[in-house]
Amino acid sequence: MAGVSSEPGFLLTTIEKGANWARTRSMWPATFGLACCAIEMMGTGAAHNDLARFGMEVFRASPRQADLMIVAGRVSQKMAPVLRQVYDQMAEPKWVLSMGACASTGGMFNNYALVQGVDAVVPVDIYIPGCPPGPQSLMHGILSLHEKIMSGEIQRSTGLV
Amino acid sequence: MNDVIAALVAPFDAAEVVERSYASSATTYHMIAIPVEEWVLFAQAAKENGFDTFIDLFAADHFSEAPRFEVTLILLSMTAKERIVVTTRVPYDDPSVPTLTNVFQGANFYEREAYDMFGIDFPGHPDLTRILLPDDWVGHPLRKDYDIGAVPVQFKAGSADL
Amino acid sequence: MSDATERAESVEEKRRAQHEIWVSGTEERMPFAASTNEGSQEMLPRDQDPALDIQRGIAVDDDFVTPERVVSAERQIINMGPQHPSTHGVLRLQMELDGETVTRVKPIIGYLHTGMEKTAETLSYAQGPTNVTRMDYLSPFANELTFSLTVEQLLGIDVPPRADAIRVLMTELNRVASHLLSSATMGMDVGAISMMIYGWREREICLDFFEKVTGLRMNHNYIRPGGVAAELPDGWEDDVTNLIKVVNAGVDEYEELLNGNPIFLDRTLGVGVLTPEEIKQFGITGPVARASGVDWDLRKAHPYCGIERYTFDVPLGKHGDVFDRYKVRIDEIRESLRIAEQVIVTIPSGDYRTTDPKVTPPPRARIGESMEALIHHFKLFTEGVNVPAGTAYQAVEGPRGELGCYIISKGGARPWRMRWRAPSFAVVQALPVMMTDSLIADVIATLASTDPVLGDVDR
Ligand code: SF4
Repeated sequence: MAGVSSEPGFLLTTIEKGANWARTRSMWPATFGLACCAIEMMGTGAAHNDLARFGMEVFRASPRQADLMIVAGRVSQKMAPVLRQVYDQMAEPKWVLSMGACASTGGMFNNYALVQGVDAVVPVDIYIPGCPPGPQSLMHGILSLHEKIMSGEIQRSTGLV
Repeated sequence: MNDVIAALVAPFDAAEVVERSYASSATTYHMIAIPVEEWVLFAQAAKENGFDTFIDLFAADHFSEAPRFEVTLILLSMTAKERIVVTTRVPYDDPSVPTLTNVFQGANFYEREAYDMFGIDFPGHPDLTRILLPDDWVGHPLRKDYDIGAVPVQFKAGSADL
Repeated sequence: MSDATERAESVEEKRRAQHEIWVSGTEERMPFAASTNEGSQEMLPRDQDPALDIQRGIAVDDDFVTPERVVSAERQIINMGPQHPSTHGVLRLQMELDGETVTRVKPIIGYLHTGMEKTAETLSYAQGPTNVTRMDYLSPFANELTFSLTVEQLLGIDVPPRADAIRVLMTELNRVASHLLSSATMGMDVGAISMMIYGWREREICLDFFEKVTGLRMNHNYIRPGGVAAELPDGWEDDVTNLIKVVNAGVDEYEELLNGNPIFLDRTLGVGVLTPEEIKQFGITGPVARASGVDWDLRKAHPYCGIERYTFDVPLGKHGDVFDRYKVRIDEIRESLRIAEQVIVTIPSGDYRTTDPKVTPPPRARIGESMEALIHHFKLFTEGVNVPAGTAYQAVEGPRGELGCYIISKGGARPWRMRWRAPSFAVVQALPVMMTDSLIADVIATLASTDPVLGDVDR
């Protein structure tokens, strides 16, 4: 990229900002509800908490159309490959939000069946604590992610460059 | 023991019946222990005696006591409003209990679960494969000699026995 | 031994020969998290499928026997789930289709297997409710109640009448919340998106009340062996009265929206039928059984927690189809609210937990005065509740049917084995019977109407 423009700094930051703004304003989540946390995730999307305020009400069924994977719930050893598969199918740029104690660390179930932290399978951008995290926590997590993207703290290529 | 249970266990000399009462309730249920040879016969007799609702089937591991494994069947009679909990014991070297899928279709998944979790064999079962765990899993996790598989966590100083 | 077992064993052996995978007790992570092989569990070729008869319900002796279909060129196998928006949770359905018609279904479960029965063996009886409440996460109170009753049965203790009344109140409101969610998601699955929004709107009011009482919106750990964790908050009567009013109005609205809606009727009437005979064979209980006309409700048959003191009816369906299941749930919401109404009026005063020293620590003030009280308190909180050896089974009528808990105790503070009887497990097993020979579009409606919770199925 550096060789293309004579003033890379100016042009790049502007486009980046614009792109980041667009990314945060319509960040469509993929449905990856697994357990109790998924119910709270659905609750966040429903009328009371209204995720549409952040341009996120469109939960996409197909990972190809989604930007953000909210891993809501406990990931079992049997589910882990599926999780990876769905993640791999998502188009860049993509983000992962690990919702709840189970997804982040295995939670209270430290045993043979659960993956102890979904970061062993996919890279995670934001961890949300709680069991289950309430809708407010989830929204806080999402807003933190937006902030980080806007400030350039988390950067993603489009996969094209 | 009431009439329904008495009529049910009458042909089975080896059956041991204990009556138990529910907590917070005036009603009771019966626990019946029978030898494994009479397992299918007993289930059939129970079905004919009105215990035609299949509720549950599962195993347990008594580890140091012989015979080691216990398989339990829970049946319900909606007409008599009675519940029976039927148990049988099988040894470690031959953990096999004849299948009940021909008596109660519902036993299918439950027997698969018992196989998955305890490695109990159910001869005659149409499709005895793992159900909850991936096909290529090694071991039967609910057995007492299978470790819980905890990974060490910092604040617990890495103790696996919690 | 059947072919399938042999196949599974050979797969297992092959894996073992390739590399030594995770032996229990070692502290390494499972290697297959990095691969995308989730184990085969495939559908066998048609002529080799030994479970075919049972799956299709042919082994059931009734008029639902369908003749073997000729395999046509249109045959295809599709895979729904485990990550599919319309499957309730992570259920995977493998379906063989002939054009649009479903000819074979194989439910594959275990994607949410959490090992809770194993974990329960390492938790004390006081910690137990924390574990079980996360199983069927839509009916946490019912789970806690089942566990607590089983432990109380082993201990041989009774709880005070006020605790009983609180338990009844909370479990019935939980049934309301659960059925609201079930109706909401079912509406969404058959295309009534507004139903989804409405259902959650009313459910949120229930959750607000739960949060006020227990501090959490879900997974409350409120009902414990010996009683409940805390007294109801001040002004709870007003909250419940308001809840009853709002939810009743909401339910009327749903019925207006759906009952006469031709699209909804078309999609639900006569779809996914189960006969009473099949219900009993598969051990299905709860609203799904009652929709088929099986008159069985544990609250009437084996009443617990003094629920026999309240008047309520058990709604029954006639046809056992999707519509009847929806209708039974809607009516059950009303009946549960009726019970809640009576609890407000009749709740006795007194303790909210037993004073039995076996489970309850001495009051705070006594600890400063008496050495015994201090020791007792210390033992209860370090060792936990000591439960005598024995076995016990206890079941309650949860929102999805008979929730049962079977505990084997060998003495001490932890159960030797805890078995959970999950109503959703039975329902998932019967899905092939309901879905075979229906259209693929009906699969979703059928699944939604049975309302399985995968946390309950896989535990
Ligand atoms: S973190 Fe808690 S609420 Fe979330 S999936 Fe785990 S147990 Fe359920």
